[in-house]
Amino acid sequence: MSTPCLEIESLSATLANGVRVLRSVSLTVEPGEVRALVGESGAGKSMIGKAVLGVLPPSIRVVEGRITLEGTDLGNLSPRASRALIGARTALIPQDPLTALNPSRRIGPQMTDRLVRILGWDSAKADRRIRKLLDDVRIREPDRVLRCYPHELSGGMRQRVLIAAAFAAEPRLIVADEPTTALDVTVQKQILRLIAELQREHGTAILFVTHDLGVVAKISQKVTVLYAGKVVEQADTAALFAAPQHAYTRALMAATPRYTDPMASLRPVDEAVLAGLSAEIATADRNWKPNTKGSGHD
Amino acid sequence: MTEPLFKVRGLKVALPDMTRKPPFGRVPLVEILKGLDFDLPRRSVTGIVGESGSGKSTLGRSLVRLIEPTHGTVKFDDNDITHLGEQRLAPLRRDLQMIFQDPMSSLNPRRTIGSIIAAPLKHNGLANVGERVAEALARVGLPQAFATRYRHELSGGQRQRVGIARALALSPKFVLADEIVSGLDVSTQAQILTLLERLADEMELTVAFISHDLSVVRRLCRQVIVMRMGQIVEAGPTDTLFAAPQHPYTRELIAAFPLPEIDPDWLASTPVEEKETQPPLGA
Repeated sequence: MSTPCLEIESLSATLANGVRVLRSVSLTVEPGEVRALVGESGAGKSMIGKAVLGVLPPSIRVVEGRITLEGTDLGNLSPRASRALIGARTALIPQDPLTALNPSRRIGPQMTDRLVRILGWDSAKADRRIRKLLDDVRIREPDRVLRCYPHELSGGMRQRVLIAAAFAAEPRLIVADEPTTALDVTVQKQILRLIAELQREHGTAILFVTHDLGVVAKISQKVTVLYAGKVVEQADTAALFAAPQHAYTRALMAATPRYTDPMASLRPVDEAVLAGLSAEIATADRNWKPNTKGSGHD
Repeated sequence: MTEPLFKVRGLKVALPDMTRKPPFGRVPLVEILKGLDFDLPRRSVTGIVGESGSGKSTLGRSLVRLIEPTHGTVKFDDNDITHLGEQRLAPLRRDLQMIFQDPMSSLNPRRTIGSIIAAPLKHNGLANVGERVAEALARVGLPQAFATRYRHELSGGQRQRVGIARALALSPKFVLADEIVSGLDVSTQAQILTLLERLADEMELTVAFISHDLSVVRRLCRQVIVMRMGQIVEAGPTDTLFAAPQHPYTRELIAAFPLPEIDPDWLASTPVEEKETQPPLGA
């Protein structure tokens, strides 16, 4: 077995008041694989992405667990070395392509900045690279787009630009945080296809954060279902949709609308399922003692 | 066959296009709705679907006359309300209610839930306001104690229940529901939609249900209007429209919806060429 691209072991995080927001989360992303993190709001799916990228807000403390990027335990590195490694090996595709771009700078310099200033490429090489990637995401007039300000592009175009930027530095792992949630369905489908294409071509692993089981089914090979910061179920995506094991997963699926089966879908989640999960979590929290030899980069 | 509640003919709406505003002089107009003809049958939920910028919200707002149409006629219950002034419109307003997309920003943070639901009742000079508020809360499945709470004490789903309670407190003839579940989790979404489905049936409401989610529309609506760029591309009974969509755009829209099912060919079936080179109009 090769070294996993990303390994998270028993990651727990708390707020300042001691409330746990991540509960001993363990998951693995193999090289070149797309793992979906799916859950409802408050499930902690974005937080796991932020922990991996080392950008958790200061109010959240990692209290136990280990994050290993291509065999290197980030907890064993100085904060500076950890940031350098994360910067070189990972990238982010954010949810909202408008707020992720600086409104007062043109697209071109925003895209090359990371390559030139952080990775030390010369600007001609960075420019060639960016143009290649813009071509890959089917942007027909790169010269025009590179000169544009973000507000001059549509949502779908902005997301294409950010996908190109994410893949430009050949990261080993991309965290995609709800990258299509703000888009219309027809645009969403194009963007998902572009991500899948580039991911296969470059052999990039993706941690794909989403709340939409439909998107999970279409983009991922593996899936982790989260509830209240706890892993409820992990499986191959095909296996999960064929036979969801946990009652919560089944309830989520039954609640998800499906135009092919309108009367059987859209079932409200059974309160008993949620109550059972909450009780399970409360018991686990009572018995939980943080393994103080925590790593992470907080 | 009963008369439809709404009869809309040749509806056009043009609004000032602030993206092309010159430094001096008049702001040019941009046509948002380009001549729509349709009816909304009584006691039935009609879905209005389309992507952002298609004009579905503008259409909804013309129905409840938050926007005055530029051309055409909007007839509500045999009254021509197209250009009615606010005074003549006032008595009709209690029958034209609205549930908003974001219950956080559509509920006053400084008032209790009880007083929020009571506001339209008092405005219409109704008696037994307290009783009616209690009834409205019960109808949407919220405990009576919620009357003294504030919006920040409620979850997203509970807030949207309050939005529904307020809209239905007056037992209106017509309710406009504009993307009322787009901010909610799927489990909450299912609760809110099944609630609306049940109440629309029990209270014999006519509902215009604006949504970008075809699956939700398929479940809730008896007929559908598909909009694109200010025009109706296709309209008809939901079953027929989903079984045999006539317009290529309707087919594209249905095909783009990611069903929660494994389908290895789904992604490959989409063209990815960049279509749009124009910036979007202000949303």
